[in-house]
Amino acid sequence: MKWPAIGYARATSLDELWRLQAEHGAAAQLLAGGQTLLATLAFRLSDPKILLDITRIAALRGIAVQDGVLRIGALTRHAELGRDPLVAQHAPLLAEAAPLIAHPAIRNRGTIGGSLAYADPAAELPACVVALGATIVAVSPRGERRVPAEAFFTGLLQTALAPDEIIAAVEIPGTQPTTRSRIIEVARRSGDYAMAGLAARLSLNAEGRVTSPRLVFFGVGSGPVLAARAGAALDGWVLDSAAIAAAQAALAEDLDPPADMHGPPEMKRHLARVLTFRALSPLLRASEVAE
Amino acid sequence: MNEIRTADSLGLSREDLPNSYIGRSVPRPNLPKLVQGRATYTDDVVLPRMLHAAFYRSPHAHARILSIDSAAAMLVPGVVRVFTGADIAKVCDPWVAVLAHLKGMKSAPQYALPLDRATWQGEALVAVVADSRAAAEDGVAALEVTFDPLPAQTDMATALAPGAVVIHPELGDNLAFQRTAVQGDVEAAFASAHKVVEARFVSARHTGVTLEPRSIIADFSRADDTLTVHLATQAPHMIQSVLATQLHLEEGRVRVICKDVGGSFGIKVHVYPDEVAVAAISRILGRPVKFIADRFESFGSDIHARDHVITGRIGVDAQGKILAFDIDDLTGIGPYSVYPRTSAVEGNQVVNLCGGPYDFANYRCSTTVVLQNKVPTCQYRAVGHPIATAVTEGLVDMAAHAIGMDPIEMRRRNMLRDDAYPYTSPAGMRFEGLSHHASLAKLLELVPVDRIRADQTAKRHKGVYRGLGFAAFIELTNPSPFMYGIGGARISAQDGATVRMDPDGSVVVASGVTEQGQGTETILAQIVAHGVGVAVNKVRVVTGDTQNTPYGGGTWACRGAGIGGEAALQSAIALKDQILHVAGTMLQASPATLDIMLGEVVDKTTGTPRISLAEIGRVVYFRGDTLPKDLPREFVQTRHYITKEYPFAFTNGIQACWVEVDTATGMVKVLEHWCVEDCGRVINPMLVDEQVRGGIVQGLGGALYEHCVYDEQGNLLTTTMADYLVPMAAEMPEIHVGHVETPTKESLLGAKGAGEAGTAGAPGALMNAINDALRPLGAVVTEQPFTPARILRALDAI
Ligand SMILES: Cc1cc2nc3c(=O)[nH]c(=O)nc-3n(C[C@H](O)[C@H](O)[C@H](O)COP(=O)(O)OP(=O)(O)OC[C@H]3O[C@@H](n4cnc5c(N)ncnc54)[C@H](O)[C@@H]3O)c2cc1C
Repeated sequence: MKWPAIGYARATSLDELWRLQAEHGAAAQLLAGGQTLLATLAFRLSDPKILLDITRIAALRGIAVQDGVLRIGALTRHAELGRDPLVAQHAPLLAEAAPLIAHPAIRNRGTIGGSLAYADPAAELPACVVALGATIVAVSPRGERRVPAEAFFTGLLQTALAPDEIIAAVEIPGTQPTTRSRIIEVARRSGDYAMAGLAARLSLNAEGRVTSPRLVFFGVGSGPVLAARAGAALDGWVLDSAAIAAAQAALAEDLDPPADMHGPPEMKRHLARVLTFRALSPLLRASEVAE
Repeated sequence: MNEIRTADSLGLSREDLPNSYIGRSVPRPNLPKLVQGRATYTDDVVLPRMLHAAFYRSPHAHARILSIDSAAAMLVPGVVRVFTGADIAKVCDPWVAVLAHLKGMKSAPQYALPLDRATWQGEALVAVVADSRAAAEDGVAALEVTFDPLPAQTDMATALAPGAVVIHPELGDNLAFQRTAVQGDVEAAFASAHKVVEARFVSARHTGVTLEPRSIIADFSRADDTLTVHLATQAPHMIQSVLATQLHLEEGRVRVICKDVGGSFGIKVHVYPDEVAVAAISRILGRPVKFIADRFESFGSDIHARDHVITGRIGVDAQGKILAFDIDDLTGIGPYSVYPRTSAVEGNQVVNLCGGPYDFANYRCSTTVVLQNKVPTCQYRAVGHPIATAVTEGLVDMAAHAIGMDPIEMRRRNMLRDDAYPYTSPAGMRFEGLSHHASLAKLLELVPVDRIRADQTAKRHKGVYRGLGFAAFIELTNPSPFMYGIGGARISAQDGATVRMDPDGSVVVASGVTEQGQGTETILAQIVAHGVGVAVNKVRVVTGDTQNTPYGGGTWACRGAGIGGEAALQSAIALKDQILHVAGTMLQASPATLDIMLGEVVDKTTGTPRISLAEIGRVVYFRGDTLPKDLPREFVQTRHYITKEYPFAFTNGIQACWVEVDTATGMVKVLEHWCVEDCGRVINPMLVDEQVRGGIVQGLGGALYEHCVYDEQGNLLTTTMADYLVPMAAEMPEIHVGHVETPTKESLLGAKGAGEAGTAGAPGALMNAINDALRPLGAVVTEQPFTPARILRALDAI
């Protein structure tokens, strides 16, 4: 299909963006990497009158560490996440996630801000930021607001952003030497949205005891799903086969997946259990593995 | 091997025989054009005063059209006119797609745009023409169409049940076609069998997903009363005839031009109602009208295929000898049989092909072809073959397992002997010469079976499940008029080539077969260069123009090389004879002592150059006065070719597939795949290998990923490339291709088809490999696509 006629304007600063937004109101829609938006426009699924291109707004760019917090600008492309040394050091989970997102051409354009704002339930990055206990920095003409990632995703393709707010950055708390993270997924073909995926982060002390585990599933709900009971089943326990089994069992209460084209809810539950095992078992101590 | 001087046949290297091209991997001369973006696809053609069409497509699977209000659409800037079914019907007749030799077949009249009822979701109902496609889509969005939704008949299993929605009441029921082939005494054979194995197979609805979508420009000129159609098609002459008939034009006043085509796979060999509507609109407006299907509408309007449910039984004796097959095929084809090839052919092929590679006496196979409110289905690459092969080979493997026999041994014991030909199969197919045993032997040279089996055992101890599967197949190629012509369709089984030499000694060949991106023009150039005796870069190829090529059938059923190629070879040889005749006169030598090599007439025995073709061309074309008056000098020769001895040239082959199944996730990873096939003479090994590889990828994709999914109301759920999953490079294995060459004796060239072999065998080999992997766990899958959900269910994991 062909796009309907649409206006286009490029903002070079937040102030200019606010001015354009005030001028066009609900008829305007932000354009970042365009990897989701342009496809929906071609299907004529939405009907904005003007696209406001934010990709030249410097305030939304950049990756930096300040006071032990990693700040990733909303315009950071998926490809940049995959190769940035600060990301690799302070949030390796995101670096590990990048190659799982779509294909190189899409990763070259798609942005973390766009991915979080669109909030696809099967997307990797929303799950990662929840697993990392990140904070979403939202800005509007009224100023800045910080929303914990856990509270940011409010439903299917829904976020806590107000209509005039945009995502400026994501802030990720520093990692400890004891922090472990892992993202794995099952997708029909490489680059596809996952049938089910798991972004996990936890701390593992010298005795192999788990603290502050966060198992966040994607592709199995209306957004990223923080598996609280599975986490509780691990928290404070030595990571062993029994602990993993307990976490797997607890998923029954954590997850209520919908059916989709790939299969029924039982399949997603099953895959979530498999992913839990596969994410955690590499962290088992050698003695456990040998058993 | 048939008598053509090739380097191989003379025991020479190709450097020793420089003008030999048949059997060589000549690079494709049209490749730079394609990769540099200099090809001419239909959408690249821009004509003065051209309009663009977009269609309002039915949102319902089945609905009465109550009203169409175009007032708002007519106000959209750029919109020129809106056409309903009634508008089109004034200049365009409906058609009924049946073939006389498919006894009892029925279908309803189909209009280019329906008059009052939509019968599938995605059916074009109203056309809007405008200055641009975008404006036409704006116009479509402004149309107001009201419907009375009707219950939809979607499940083929209930199509004939009492109370089913009869889609065309005038037909009485939803049965389009039924055929049963019986040979021998099936029941007695089963009664005496040592083991009988039964299974139910499902082959999912697929579509072809051509890179270039369906594309047409129709340009009716009132000035000379001609309709010129630029079309992405496989069969220009067939379309010429159909458009002339439907639009009441003389056939000679319709010209179909088809330059570059971006893949077709059978999708572009059919008559599409929206394309006919575009021709009718141009006829009415007297202006060129372009329609390029977008991907979204392609999923809902390109033909679908392979929607079958099959139950099968095989009976074997204690030594593993196959005694009988009994197969029941049910297929749903949409609301209309597709014109003019009909939608009964796929089911009919299943009946023709099941059990094909094997020597057995008792056969019963039936197909039941029913109507349903879904996209119409029709012939798609390897029509019916992947279904028949998966069913046959699935049953053979199950029988082998039931009697504890190795699947390779089982096949070796039952395959038709290589010296059994000519042979008529229980399904009535006549085989001129096949090479099942030679192909199996060649396959076993390529597949390291022992190493694979050892690895399989070792891996199983570690909880890794790998499997090896085989599938032997036969493939129908080089069709005679027995395929369509005898049924009354104006589809030529004959093809022609005109070869001419121009004054500079260069050669032009015009052929009735077409280039779809597969390399037809390359092999035509090779054959003609070889046949005349010029360098291949001195040959230009013209295809895809009904006004400038000999009448022919085009590209389908693997006929391009075998039929079009033979016509090209014969006309090239005729031109060479003519040139040598003139050269003999000029040189005062007997033509028999001369030959042509790389554009030079040479002394046959010594190879000494005598005169160049350019010099002969100069004399003949510009100084004809210097030649004897009665010397024939027709440097244009045309030959036609049609197969006469056999209805079809069957080919054969066998594939092997090596997979790993992740039994926790249900994911299948194809590790390696092999195919040995016998397409007769291989003209260009690289092109044949890539045809086989591409076909295998299409077969694996169909068996693993591809599926046109409908809900119960007949809504198509897979309308984007994110939902209709095609195979991609990352998931595809290393594919090894080998050949056995049994040329057909019907032609000098000896070529049979190669384009469908890969697709024919891959799904069956893959299924058998998955089931080999799952066997220790007691799981079996027979329903395609083999999705993670289905595999997990078979494993009782969900
Ligand atoms: C073929 C294909 C496969 C894909 N596969 C995957 C996959 O496997 N996993 C995955 O996670 N993603 C996948 N994607 C989506 C891709 O990651 C997108 O890039 C991402 O979802 C959106 O980012 P974007 O920058 O392109 O946003 P855009 O498309 O520009 O915008 C998306 C939406 O977010 C809004 N928006 C953008 N930026 C902001 C902001 N800073 N603040 C507020 N609102 C904003 C826009 O207005 C719009 O509504 C795929 C995309 C394609 C085309």
